[in-house]
Amino acid sequence: MDNALIRGLRLVGRLTVDGIWQIGATTRFMGMVLLRSGMTFRRFRLLMDEIYFAGALSLIIIIVSGLFVGLVLGLQGYETLKRYGSAEAVGTLVALSLVRELGPVVSALLFASRAGSAMTAEIGIMKSTEQLSAMEMMAVDPFSRVISPMFWGGFLSMPLLAAIFSATGIFGGYLITVVVIGVDAGAFWSQMQASVDLREDILNGVIKSIVFGAAVTAIALFEGYDAPPTAEGVSHAVTNTVVTSALAVLALDFVLTAFMFTGV
Amino acid sequence: MRRLTIDLWVGVFVTAGLIGLLVLALKVGNASSVSVSDGYVITADFDNIGGLKARAPVKSAGVVVGRVERIGFNNQNFRATVTMRIGNQFEFPKDSAVSILTAGLLGEQYVGIDGGGDVELLGDGDKVRLTQSAIVLEKVIGQFLYSKAAEAGSGN
Amino acid sequence: MSSEALVEISNVDFSYNAQPVLKRLALRFPRGKVVAIMGGSGTGKTTVLRLIGGQLRPDRGEVTFDGKPVHRMSHAELYAARRRMGMLFQFGALFTDLSVYENVAFALREHTRLPEPMIRDLVLMKLQAVGLRGAHALKPSELSGGMARRVALARAIALDPSLMMYDEPFTGLDPISTAVIGNLIRKLNDALGATSIVVTHDVEASLKIVDYVYLIADGEVVAEGTPAEVTRSEEPFVRQFINGEIDGPVRLHYTAASYESDLGLDN
Repeated sequence: MDNALIRGLRLVGRLTVDGIWQIGATTRFMGMVLLRSGMTFRRFRLLMDEIYFAGALSLIIIIVSGLFVGLVLGLQGYETLKRYGSAEAVGTLVALSLVRELGPVVSALLFASRAGSAMTAEIGIMKSTEQLSAMEMMAVDPFSRVISPMFWGGFLSMPLLAAIFSATGIFGGYLITVVVIGVDAGAFWSQMQASVDLREDILNGVIKSIVFGAAVTAIALFEGYDAPPTAEGVSHAVTNTVVTSALAVLALDFVLTAFMFTGV
Repeated sequence: MRRLTIDLWVGVFVTAGLIGLLVLALKVGNASSVSVSDGYVITADFDNIGGLKARAPVKSAGVVVGRVERIGFNNQNFRATVTMRIGNQFEFPKDSAVSILTAGLLGEQYVGIDGGGDVELLGDGDKVRLTQSAIVLEKVIGQFLYSKAAEAGSGN
Repeated sequence: MSSEALVEISNVDFSYNAQPVLKRLALRFPRGKVVAIMGGSGTGKTTVLRLIGGQLRPDRGEVTFDGKPVHRMSHAELYAARRRMGMLFQFGALFTDLSVYENVAFALREHTRLPEPMIRDLVLMKLQAVGLRGAHALKPSELSGGMARRVALARAIALDPSLMMYDEPFTGLDPISTAVIGNLIRKLNDALGATSIVVTHDVEASLKIVDYVYLIADGEVVAEGTPAEVTRSEEPFVRQFINGEIDGPVRLHYTAASYESDLGLDN
């Protein structure tokens, strides 16, 4: 009984210390990444490569998922709203859920598992095969040359991915409710436009996706850089990236939503 | 060769992203309709605003003509002061009446304007005198029960 | 004396997680010479290279490169110093997503603004020096271990360094590749007018090519001298290491409680 209490307290203590260490280390790491970003913007090629890697290669999965999420939202929304005789409001429902929540959150989760895990693996493998060390010894700073461009590539890609996700999702909702079910197209769009606000909804959604993009990329890069230089270490780090990013995105989403959409 | 493929795909991606943002802003959002930043400001005092929030729509005959900008409290007369911004293209006579209405039975609350017959028009900073407060459901039910009870009492 | 040595390590202590690796280590690497650091696995040999390259900092003592202490250099100074160093990593550490050609060209592209034809000539010259000019279009995954190490060597000498460091250059190579690499180390050192440090436990291959040998055990220098002196030495440790004898001052077993007590036979 007494022992269990002490063990419990010790666990809390260790988790706290580990957590603080983790936050400190990530902050320091991000400081280095940001401080040494100069080369990323002087050599546009580096940034292009990373936008290709993080953004263009995620395009297909984002479009396909966005479309399906929109289709499902449209179908479910229509079935529910029909009962209250306001099937036209389905446009509003689809647009608001996508722009405010699902667009930024789901695309961030997809981004974490598609691009984030690949970033972790790449950095982890470069570290474990001493490629980062070799670069350092060739007087090329790995932060400037590899890690910073990756960060900015992910950071810039994420809001675009979220916008594509929301737009294709709304198109999917339009497809199922207007084209297939036959809701009036004019009502669909006008109800949507009347209730979706540019600043309140769309801009806040974009801000969310920017924050998520920064968080996911930072976690992915730090996990890769911090991975023990073994095969097991790298695979563990990849798992960590996906899990930690998902939790971070959901937690940040709650905090941001609380600030953005509640009350005056 | 690989270089050019990368360039092409980055181009496709960035264009798609910007189109996505543009679609959201113009087609989905209301950037093309009533813009909140320009227009004239009017105020009105209400006894009770119910659940009215800032940024709620201001409608006349069902058309969105503006937005609620700010909700304050007047310490002198203990009433709520609602500040609204109305689009420049919409004009209302000075003796128009504003009321707080509810969209549907459980919908969001908005401000409705009913045009009056005055020749002079409302301008920037004007105050609307004729106001009707929000219907508070508890009060309505209370009144209903009260009158029923009174009826029953007088019937006996 | 200090002007003669390109790299000097004086009284360096270093520990990993409170586990001492180097103790009061003092080594000198004179200009133009090939010096070997030999010792068993896990005796901190690679740590010495990382200290020289500024990737680790000593707990105490000083590592100087060309007269300047490495761990007190600013970021810019350190990177300037590293441009004059070349390092061959144990497994090559080639950039796996770049071709052999691009690997060798990497440092040239990063540090110079040479026109493409000149980079091409330089890369092909470096590859020619290691005998792999014909392999320039291959990817690192298509190379054998010995070839990968030679490509890494070509990459390390791309900027004509004045200090070359080799981390276990012979590990995992067949006898012919070992001889090829050994020969290259010597030839390149003399051609570049560089100073070389070879960290190895391959006695046979390294004694043929080096000018001076340090033998390290437990983070301390236990013997030093020219190859001839070392081979003639009567010290039991040197004899054991050079001849590869199982029994001697170096114990096979990791420090442990007595065998009897571990098996529970002592009572």
